[in-house]
Order: sequence, then structure tokens, then C-alpha cells
Amino acid sequence: MRYLEEFHDPELARNLVDDIHATATRQWSIMEVCGGQTHSIIRHGIDQLISDQVDLVHGPGCPVCVTPLELIDKALEIASRPGVIFCSFGDMLRVPGTDRDLFRVKSEGADVRVVYSPLDALRLAAENPDREVVFFGIGFETTAPPNAMTVYQAARRGIRNFTMLVSHVLVPPAIEAIMSAPNCRVQAFLAAGHVCSVMGTEQYPPLVERFGMPIVVTGFEPLDILEGIRRAVRQLESGEARLENAYERAVPSTGNPTARALLEEVFEVTDRGWRGIGTIPASGWRLAPRYREFDAEHRFDVTGISVTESALCRSGEVLQGFIKPHECAAFGKECTPRNPLGATMVSSEGACAAYYLYRRLTPQREVSGVG
Amino acid sequence: MAESVLDLSAWTCPLPLRDSPKVVMGHGGGGQLSAELVDHLFVPAFAGDHPVILGDSAVVELGGARLAFSTDTYVVRPLFFPGGSIGELAVNGTVNDLACSGAVPAVLSCGFVLEEGTDLSLVGRIAEAMGAAARAAGVRIVTGDTKVVDAGHGDGVYVNTAGIGLVPDGIDIRPDRAALGDVVIVSGPIGQHGVAIMSVREGLEFGSQIVSDTAPLAGLVAAMLAAEPDVHVLRDPTRGGLATTLNEIATASRVGIRLEERAIPVPSEVANACALLGLDPMYVANEGKLVAFVPAASAEAVLAAMREHPAGHGATVIGECVADHPGIVVARTTFGATRVVDMPLGEQLPRIC
Repeated sequence: MRYLEEFHDPELARNLVDDIHATATRQWSIMEVCGGQTHSIIRHGIDQLISDQVDLVHGPGCPVCVTPLELIDKALEIASRPGVIFCSFGDMLRVPGTDRDLFRVKSEGADVRVVYSPLDALRLAAENPDREVVFFGIGFETTAPPNAMTVYQAARRGIRNFTMLVSHVLVPPAIEAIMSAPNCRVQAFLAAGHVCSVMGTEQYPPLVERFGMPIVVTGFEPLDILEGIRRAVRQLESGEARLENAYERAVPSTGNPTARALLEEVFEVTDRGWRGIGTIPASGWRLAPRYREFDAEHRFDVTGISVTESALCRSGEVLQGFIKPHECAAFGKECTPRNPLGATMVSSEGACAAYYLYRRLTPQREVSGVG
Repeated sequence: MAESVLDLSAWTCPLPLRDSPKVVMGHGGGGQLSAELVDHLFVPAFAGDHPVILGDSAVVELGGARLAFSTDTYVVRPLFFPGGSIGELAVNGTVNDLACSGAVPAVLSCGFVLEEGTDLSLVGRIAEAMGAAARAAGVRIVTGDTKVVDAGHGDGVYVNTAGIGLVPDGIDIRPDRAALGDVVIVSGPIGQHGVAIMSVREGLEFGSQIVSDTAPLAGLVAAMLAAEPDVHVLRDPTRGGLATTLNEIATASRVGIRLEERAIPVPSEVANACALLGLDPMYVANEGKLVAFVPAASAEAVLAAMREHPAGHGATVIGECVADHPGIVVARTTFGATRVVDMPLGEQLPRIC
């Protein structure tokens, strides 16, 4: 597998950076939507290389960051119950709920397990018929197909002690919400390549047309990101706005029809709360009524949880690109990875955590290009 | 009974999660949480007339000899993995901790905690692996202990080893001896052990099998000291990986460390597996590598000596000590930008997507 090395080649990167320098006649604001892209940009210092030409603004595409506090509290409540095996991907364990996180619940005796696939949770359910196994099903369109497959398999195999706590969110409605904001000054978007590899690209041309903003479907390695930026800058400089696919090796325009059919079978679109942002209409998935018995919120009756967010935390503004992490007064002071006020500081893909981890020594511009 | 040095009635845990007086998994991860457990809980409790000597091994003078003394406990799952077992780890880990004080490892103890119901054949295979590793490392296992816990109260087998080695005259290797201008050398490719363990523990397949690098390093250290007796710092970057070790040295020595990211040897299999899981190879455990801080003038000689030894043939210079940003590790990225290489909080967590 040589795929990684080829997309980290410094000489090719330099050519792309030179092209961006030569093309841009002014500084443009471009939002990368996905947290994985944010992490890659900051880790490799891509933004430093093109800061005079492009102000990279970080979008809401970290599923850990945007999972609502209320749902985290529900997860903590369910995980604490006797007889429950609570399964989650690793990076959710450190995300703070109102007063604790899954690591703490685990240390207090709850059976919380890190899994690498929802099917591992289903296997645990089959092996432990006297326990209730719950999987924390969060993420964007990328993680939704395996989660849908797991529920589908649970139903087909008659595994009744398995449920999923679902908080899937959808990217295009979030992009639309950001484009629609009256104070939006983002001028182009890098769409998340892995989301498009599942869902295809057909949802984006209407947004491009309606808002007149370029969208470039972009991958996650440094050269992918630089190529996405280069294409966006070229469009902006020539006054064009169209959808471009710079991640063709993974993204066919139709996406993955099998995965989409499965998603349609298991989930239905719903309004969804985004932590720090609020409710975005038709921006999430929940289990369809015919799979309701696999819905953990239904099985465990965890309604009536009220939550309080930190008054200091401005992660919602970070997630929408209105401010950069260091422009929040609590950044690096009251809010650090070890005492995070919001999920953007705790998730490995959160913009605040990326700035804190990698940029503490770098002087930051005080005024970002947006907001 | 002696008065407690901790006021337990009024004690609030100073550790994260600060409002939870419970042990969390991160306390064993080798990062900030582990360090604070030691600094805020163990050291105050142990402090007496003599300072508590921190570090992977302590050098003490006894009867005119300078002895290095070290202990470590192994709770790895699974017990056998590609490239080794808990047995090799238990021997090589303590041998390496002694070697990184510049000592010649001599004797080990071993303590077994066995879970009721564990196959004796499994225990036998682990013991055989320990014996073979000890012979390969030139040390003797001279004393031990065995305890059995109820079924369900252990992961089959836990092993503790403690070891003693003799520090030759004129050798003074400590984590706080890194000096401005020192060259940072790593003895070979990083990240193999952690990824090998993860691949079998979680049933992940990465296209080609990644094998643990577990190995004794005393011979390599001896070769290095023959080339330059004034090696300043040696550490084996186990839990928490290279990044954690370098942060500990930067803090202890109050120097800045500047790394050249392109120079850090990461096998492509490890890089790809880490990319898949959202992990950084710099934070992944190693069991057969060391990091050396040596004066710039002798770097070439040390490097040449390392490359002639089987455990160090992949040795390479990865950075230097600088006056800027004391206590902080900074990397120049592949593309010429810079980033901080931070101390992790606890263990790395695989990401969601």
C-alpha cells in the first residue's frame, strides 16, 4: 500500500502551493467542512503555507463535536445502568457531558467498551444474551452505512438485546445553513470526500447555483487538500462557481448505491440538534419506525434530561466559521484538552484541539476572514 | 502507625478527571495522567529524608558500586502477539530500562499474577519465552513470586519484573542531562509494537502483518558508550511513544527540542495502519527502540556505532536541542511548516471516521 506516501510528496505539494500563490490575487476565505481535513491542515501546517492567499475556515464536520450534549448525557445515563454493555468508538469516551464523560462512568464500574465496528457490538450482544448491548451510533453519512447494516443484521438475526443510540448528522444541510447565514463570508467550500463516496455529489449543484459558491469535493491527505484549495481558488479568481470533484479516485457522482439503499431502508431523515449550533432542519437520521425496537432512546426511556452548556464556550461559532479557535477568550485558559468546555477542544478532530495541540507557539492573526 | 503524609479526609484528587477520585484508564497510558499520578500521589506519599528518584530506573550507590534498579509490570493483551509475548516484553522491558541508565543489566526478579483457570501450558510457554529472552539479553532470573487470583479477576497472566545492573564508572545518563546543541537520535523505525498489538487485539488486518519490535538494547547501549562515554540521555520510548519520551526529556532538561518530521523513521505499514485508525505513530508504543541525546561533536561516531549493531542498524538523527521554547517539542513538517508535538493526556483513542 503506497497510497499514503504519494499523497505526502513535498515536491508535489510545493508545486501546488506555488500554483495557489501564482493564481490568487487576493486572500480568499475557504471552509473545509470536515474535521478530518481540519486536523490534516493544522497537523501538516498547510494553512501556514498559503496564509496570504487563503484564509482556511474550519467547518462543522466533526461528528464528535456536534453530537448534542443532551445525547451525550443520555449515553452516560444508559451506560450507567446495570446489565448494560455500552459500546462506542474511542473518541467519544472523552467527550464531556454535563458533569462527566464515558471514561468516568467506566471508572465508576459501568461496562463501557471501545469497538472498531458496530458489528463488534452486535457480536457482543449475541454472546451475552442476558445483557443489553447498546452501540453509540454517531457520525456523518460516512459511518451511517455500517451502522445501518448492523441494525439490519440485528433484525434479520433476531438479536433483541441490541439497540443503537442514534445521532447521525448530514453534511449538505449544514453547508446550506452556513451559506444561508446573513454574516457568512465564506467564499468557497471543500466538501468532505468520504461523505460523497457514500452519498454521491448530486446534492451539491443546487447549493452552488443558489448561493453562487464553488464547492470542491476533496480528500484528506495533504496533497488532496492542496489540490482542493487550488481548484477552489481558480474558480474564485475566474468568477466561476461550480461543483468540482477533486477526489475522483474515491467518489463516483452516484456515490455507493448499495449503501444508500441500506440507509433508506433503516433510517429516516429528521431534524437534528447540532451541539453549539442548534437544530438544523432535515439534517440528521433516526431509525425508521419499523426498526424502533432497536432504538436505545425508546428501549431505555431516557427522556427529560435537561442540559446546561458552558457560558464561556464559543464552539458553536467556531463550528460555523464565525471565529477561529484562538479568538475565543477561554481558549487555552479555562478551556484546554484536559478541562474542555466544549467538544471542539476534546475531539481529536476538533478545531480547538488541533489549534491547541499544534499551534501554541505560532502567532495567530487576530482577525479571521469571516465573522 | 506513622502519620499519613496525605490528609485523606480533606483530600480532593488533584488528578484528572479532577472531580473524580477514581482511577481511569489514562492513568496507565504513560501520558500526562500517568505523570501526575506519580507527581501528586506517589511522590508525596513516598517522600522522606531522601528524594524520590524518578525515571524508568534509579541509580543508587551501594557498597561502593553504582547500581541501576528498575521494575515494571506487564498487563498486555493478548499474551502472545506477532513478534513476541508478554514473556519477552517482561524481560526486555526491564533490561532496556536498566540499559537506558547506562547500566550493564545483571539480574532480574519475576512476579506472576495468575488467574484461576488459566492453562498451565500457556504459563509454561510464557516462562520459556522469558528464559530465552533472559539468556539472549545476558541476564539471569534469580528470584520470583507467584500469586493466583480468582477467576474473572485478571487477564490470565500478569508479570512483574525488577532488575539490577551495574553502572560503569564515568557513565552519567539521566533524563535531565539533555543540553543545547545535543543531537537527537532514534535507533530505528517507530510504532511497530503498538500497531502489532492493536492488530491482534482488535482483529484488524492491514494488508501485511506488522510485527512487534521487542528486543534487548543493552548490547546496543554498550556499543554506543564505547564510541562516546558522555552520552547525555537514553530512553526507550515505550508507552506514549516517541512524542511522550521527548516531552519528558524536554521538561526534565528544560531545553527545547526541534524535530525534522521527514527524518523520523515510520514504516509505511505502520503509517498506513495509523492513518486508518486516526493515530499518530509518534505516540504509538515501541519495545525495542531507544532515543539518544548526544553532544553534536560525537553524533557521527555514535551513529556509526549504532548502525553496526543489529538493534540499531536503522539509527538516524531526527532533531536537536534548541534554546527556543524550553520544555516544548516542535516538529518541522514535511512541507516546511511547524507544529507543536505535545504530551498526550492519556492513551490515544481511535477516531470515529
